[in-house]
Amino acid sequence: MELTRFLIKKLVEDRVALLGVMLIFALFLAAFFAPVIATFPADVAEFHPKNRLLPPDDTFWFGTDRMGSDIYSRVLFGARITITIAIIAIGVSVLVGVPVGLIAGYYHGWFSEMLMRVSDIFLAVPQIVLAIAIAQTLGPSIENIILALSATYWPFWARLVYAETRSIQNETFVEACIALGASPWRIMVLHILPNISSSIIVRTTIGMGGTILTAATLGFLGLGAPAPSPEWGRMISESREFLPMAWWYATVPGIAIFLVVMGFNLLGDGLRDILDPRIRRSVSHDD
Amino acid sequence: MSAQELDDTIEAATDRPILEIQGLKKYFAIRNVWKRRIGWLKAVDGVSISVQRGEIIGVVGESGCGKSTLGKALMGIHQPTGGKIVFEGNDITHLKPNQSRELRSQLQYSYQDPGASLDPRWKIRRSLHEPLIIHADLVHEERDQRVHDILKAVGLPEGHLDLYPHEISGGQQRRVGLARILTLQPSLIILDEPTSGLDVSVQATIINLFLDLHRTFKLTYLFISHDLSVVRMICNRIAVMYLGKIVEIGDTKNIFKNPRHPYTQSLLAAVPEIGGRKITDDFWLEGEPPNPGNLPSGCRFRTRCEKAQPQCAEIDPPLRRDWPGQEVACPLAE
Amino acid sequence: MTTKFLDVRDLEVSFATDQGIARVLDKVNFSIGPGEIVGLVGESGCGKTTLARTILGVLPENSARISNGVINFDGEDLLQKSSEELSANIRGRVITFIPQDPFTSFNPVFTIGTQIMELMRWKSPRRDDPQYVNSLGKILNIYPRARYKADYQQVLEQLREVQLPEPEAVLAKYPHEVSGGQRQRLMIAMALLPDPKLIIADEPTTALDVTIQAQILKLLRQLARDRNVAILFTTHDLGTTYEICDRVTVMYAGQEMEAALVDGFFNRPSHPYTKRLLESLPNQEHGIEGIPGDIPSLINAPPGCRFHQRCDYATGECSVSRAASTEIGTDHMVRCYHPVSRPKTQTEAAS
Repeated sequence: MELTRFLIKKLVEDRVALLGVMLIFALFLAAFFAPVIATFPADVAEFHPKNRLLPPDDTFWFGTDRMGSDIYSRVLFGARITITIAIIAIGVSVLVGVPVGLIAGYYHGWFSEMLMRVSDIFLAVPQIVLAIAIAQTLGPSIENIILALSATYWPFWARLVYAETRSIQNETFVEACIALGASPWRIMVLHILPNISSSIIVRTTIGMGGTILTAATLGFLGLGAPAPSPEWGRMISESREFLPMAWWYATVPGIAIFLVVMGFNLLGDGLRDILDPRIRRSVSHDD
Repeated sequence: MSAQELDDTIEAATDRPILEIQGLKKYFAIRNVWKRRIGWLKAVDGVSISVQRGEIIGVVGESGCGKSTLGKALMGIHQPTGGKIVFEGNDITHLKPNQSRELRSQLQYSYQDPGASLDPRWKIRRSLHEPLIIHADLVHEERDQRVHDILKAVGLPEGHLDLYPHEISGGQQRRVGLARILTLQPSLIILDEPTSGLDVSVQATIINLFLDLHRTFKLTYLFISHDLSVVRMICNRIAVMYLGKIVEIGDTKNIFKNPRHPYTQSLLAAVPEIGGRKITDDFWLEGEPPNPGNLPSGCRFRTRCEKAQPQCAEIDPPLRRDWPGQEVACPLAE
Repeated sequence: MTTKFLDVRDLEVSFATDQGIARVLDKVNFSIGPGEIVGLVGESGCGKTTLARTILGVLPENSARISNGVINFDGEDLLQKSSEELSANIRGRVITFIPQDPFTSFNPVFTIGTQIMELMRWKSPRRDDPQYVNSLGKILNIYPRARYKADYQQVLEQLREVQLPEPEAVLAKYPHEVSGGQRQRLMIAMALLPDPKLIIADEPTTALDVTIQAQILKLLRQLARDRNVAILFTTHDLGTTYEICDRVTVMYAGQEMEAALVDGFFNRPSHPYTKRLLESLPNQEHGIEGIPGDIPSLINAPPGCRFHQRCDYATGECSVSRAASTEIGTDHMVRCYHPVSRPKTQTEAAS
């Protein structure tokens, strides 16, 4: 589509956003090729106590953890977990939040109000507390992290889409479609949705960063999958008793989280600048 | 083509008018901070017009007179508060636009800026196919054919089908907007301020386009506009509205030659006429229209009318039919 | 017209855009006599608003560039003045402005009175009067009570002059509480308060209903006569021009085409564009015709006369250079190699 070509061109011009894209690309590469580029792929499950807490050297590029497993390899496999959590949690949020926002925004009346109040309720629930509660009842696991995140994230999209829908509703072309006799479904999905897609895209990209951070926090608190899961947050949590000697143990996963989150944020900012027609840099004469 | 030639081309009026508006009302609630209704804004307050097949009838007035609301109420964009709309013999008063599709497809509405009625993210081809997808049961090839025919009729090149609205000029966007409506082969089109904001030379082209389409497709127009010189040129009947009511309605020739309602008189006097007397020398209408949420009793125009009498505050004058081809809502008119 | 009060010569203005440099005004000549009402007419993209803004000195700094030209006003070249001087002494004092859209010209959170008195604080004709303020006061920019009172009286008087009933009540209102017509009268009042010599009115009646427009035009013309103020009146509506102007200049795509007294302009138009324009006005007797084609891009503007691609009379020279300004009647100038008042010669018809 012509719009995507324009988007890509503009993205390439924006150096900062390009950096974001590269970081995210690196994440996906790491996750996808983990079995191939890891030096000790078996270390995800195995442990070698005699190698424990070795500093970074030629064999173990980022050192080893308390079980003697290669941190570099574990971080790579941890990327898979990170991506899984982020994509599913955000995916669910978008799939639930966007339709709710659309319907609540398009229709006026008690049903819309009710939908938005429901979203307000979910918004008011603190993520971490909910995650702890779920972990207590159902046991700690990745699935439960995803559940906790999805349940508390979807209202953001619902609100965004609600506001945008309400404002687009008054545009002439929407009114013209109504006058033409188009069904509400057609108007919402084929007309309104494409026109608000840029806000959704930006929010989703930035949301990925936030989700990854929160997922790491929950992992740090031990709410994710139990050991020996190479989840980044968990690795940082494990490293606590060995600091500051085994500095690599916390730093490496920490930097991984940092880079990935920053990547999404940079991309999101870049997309917002490109997609928001109101931000116009003033042009000046060259000579 | 002049108004005279237009009169000549109108088919002999069939028994049944194509559109009958009877006492149409559209009120909007005025609410205070606590959402309690404290009054009504009577945007359209009892309008009756009988539109004959093939004619071009103009509805004129200044802002706040209700002409736009009238157009939208006819289309079902606003639900009427009272009165009746009969189109081709069918009562469509309370139909929503997506109900009763065959009827609705015959009655179409063109926005002031038809280009704005196009979805900016859709290619023009898609926008032109859409009405047919919604209303007609045609296969893709048949739709394609119709779209091509219409494009030719409005004078647009086929290459435009693959462009987006922002890639063509404003004038061409208008044509696309019109084409979109015409794909449904409507019999009556409500044109809402079709020449507003247009450059004079572009306006001339659009007017000629309207007249061509009127002839080619045997259309009927309800032409809503505040531009009296355009209305004078192409409408064969005119209804003058003020604050929700029709104050004068009749043949264009009669009204322009001999306006009888004081408002019509000042309205016509306010229009600059190049080569004629300068209005600024003896224009008398002062002040502004009263607050539409708080109308004066009796005749709405009496607060600004130089002929006002005490009786004007008592009753809201009905339309008098004392002259051929002209009706006036003023007891003092002659 | 012998003395030129405002004389614009060879003005060139360009804007930087995403697609390139747009040459919005191409060596434009334009003039106004003292106390004259001159209409600047043209369709969209003709440059009339840019010309008005250039005279006022309010072009956007980053993207606009004045590359050539002189604006002689009352003996001085405005383009040579610093922006501080323009802002302090010229704009809002000697030259004032009435904008097109009355609905957005006021700040919605302050009362009208506050805003007008703020204007008077800086632009009152009494501002430099030693009777009210000494040099120390001038440096400190104080607003002495005595001057405030005098200014206030002048404001009330001016509001009455623009036919606003109950001026004190109006001053206490907020902008959203008054109608469009009333706001435009206020803009006229504010344009007259500093006792200007030239008012630039940018399509002041376009957004108004026709009956209100008639009132405003009547008012403007009368006030201009009474105060002997010149008005530069931009519009795309020829009818309004006929009503209120003494002289008319028509522009197309950044070039001025013809300038004449109103009578000559409407009865003996000479430039092909003017003729086409007048022929496209709605009328009863004959059909109307638009002008085929579109206005040329200002970024890759065709050389020579910018109308030549749509002109019935254009010849080779028209696409190379522009004709100089020729006087073809009393106070009637046209820039065209083929002014239409004289019939086509054989050679021209053949080419």
